[in-house]
Amino acid sequence: MLAGEQGPAIQKAMEIVVALGKIYGATKLVPVTSVQVAGVSYKNLGQAGLDFLREWAAEGARVRVPTTLNPAGMDLQAWRELGIPETFARRQEAVIEAYRAMGISPTCSCTPYLVGNVPGFGEHVAWAESSAVSFANSVLGARTNREGGPSALAAAITGRTAAYGLHLDENRLARYLVDVRCPLRSEADLGALGYLIGQKVRNAVPYLTLPSFHPSILPLKTLGAAMAASGAVALYHVAGVTPEARHANMLAPDAQRMVIADLSPAYAALNAPVEKIDLVSIGCPHASLEEIAEIARAVEGKRLQAALWITTARQIKEKAAEAGYMATIEAAGGRLVADTCLVVAPIDALGFRTLATNSAKMAFYAPSHSGLQVRFGPLEQCLEAALTGRMKRET
Amino acid sequence: MTKKRLHGRVIKHGKAQGIALVSPEPIGFLGGVDPDTGIVIELGHPLQGECVAGRILVFPTGKGSTVGSYTLYRLARNGLAPAGIINTESEAIVAVGAIIAGIPMVDQVDISQIRTGDAVSIDGEVVTIE
Repeated sequence: MLAGEQGPAIQKAMEIVVALGKIYGATKLVPVTSVQVAGVSYKNLGQAGLDFLREWAAEGARVRVPTTLNPAGMDLQAWRELGIPETFARRQEAVIEAYRAMGISPTCSCTPYLVGNVPGFGEHVAWAESSAVSFANSVLGARTNREGGPSALAAAITGRTAAYGLHLDENRLARYLVDVRCPLRSEADLGALGYLIGQKVRNAVPYLTLPSFHPSILPLKTLGAAMAASGAVALYHVAGVTPEARHANMLAPDAQRMVIADLSPAYAALNAPVEKIDLVSIGCPHASLEEIAEIARAVEGKRLQAALWITTARQIKEKAAEAGYMATIEAAGGRLVADTCLVVAPIDALGFRTLATNSAKMAFYAPSHSGLQVRFGPLEQCLEAALTGRMKRET
Repeated sequence: MTKKRLHGRVIKHGKAQGIALVSPEPIGFLGGVDPDTGIVIELGHPLQGECVAGRILVFPTGKGSTVGSYTLYRLARNGLAPAGIINTESEAIVAVGAIIAGIPMVDQVDISQIRTGDAVSIDGEVVTIE
């Protein structure tokens, strides 16, 4: 492949895989079973990124393993209703077209594991998107580094990645033991906890012991997403919950111990001093069908005062439509937005000034990415804000 | 003048020659180099105001946003890319950028041997300073 006998597209991909292997000291390449590609929103890619993808597709780049896509910069079908400018929309469509030409399914979701891309325990994969990387490594027990756009794509085109970092056993041991002493009452508490851990451990692997709390696995997506945003945590273990921690002792012998007994510093850091809410954003990472069902029950027969956008994968949106949840939410004035996320969509252009969310990751990024003032709290409080247009500040 | 030959490690295979432009500091391409002029625009950077186009760009390593790979690609599309890149120790952003932009690149070179203004060529892993 490296010599170019399979064409320039594969040669370029192999050059990337091999160069990264050299840089990170890998001694071999390993086959991957799936890839999640980031670098989809035109807002992040720009014209240069689009030109590059088109050129690579035209040279014959095709993926060899099941490959899914990260969120785009808009709902690919309902972009007009959301007020996305036409010039942006056309370029975003061209990005998707280039990926489609490479054989990638345009899932456009940060939760590929909810829409069929579910690697098994111990499988080597090459995933981009920090929250998905965290979920694949930690909750599924698959093995991936935090890939970038071109490196994930190169792995998909060659079917290989360099074996370094989290592909190797020794790097999956935890360097921090995080003893969590406070109760975790909501998904927002899990996000707040993740925010604090990410700040402290940066890119290391933490091992968490939680107080008599065994979350079902889906809320773990919000924990991992927050750790990956405030730090660069690509793998964590939870005693008795995540699969590797159930199979073996994943704590390094010299692990540093820390205690978290108070989540209020996270809530203080992630809340701006505002009460009036323009937009309530749920679905970072993308909402599951269960979360959408819960929202539908909460807003049924009511009328919202603030905009409510629930971001999710298109497949999940279709299921929510079939189950009637979407009609209930729309009747209240909310909407399900597919294919995108408010971190990568150009929402700064849509006139919203304040945002409430139950996602610590969204609360972390929205002020810098979109210039919004943000309130962060549990789903219940966010839905209350959607119903009243206000989110009271705790004294 | 005698020629000096240095050996490095190939990141992007190829041949290049040009006049060296040496930075003692790392370079971040996104926001650091203007893709439409090739000029280093990072405030306070030792190369601020210099144009990278056609030069053999020599610097310790890359820094900054991963989108910087695409800045190198855009420089190449605009005909303003460096002719070659030499690093002390390469990292992923510049390495991927050099590969997708088709810029010959080597690392693990003792860059203290190279001065701005030297005529330098790259041929695979061999760097020759005139």
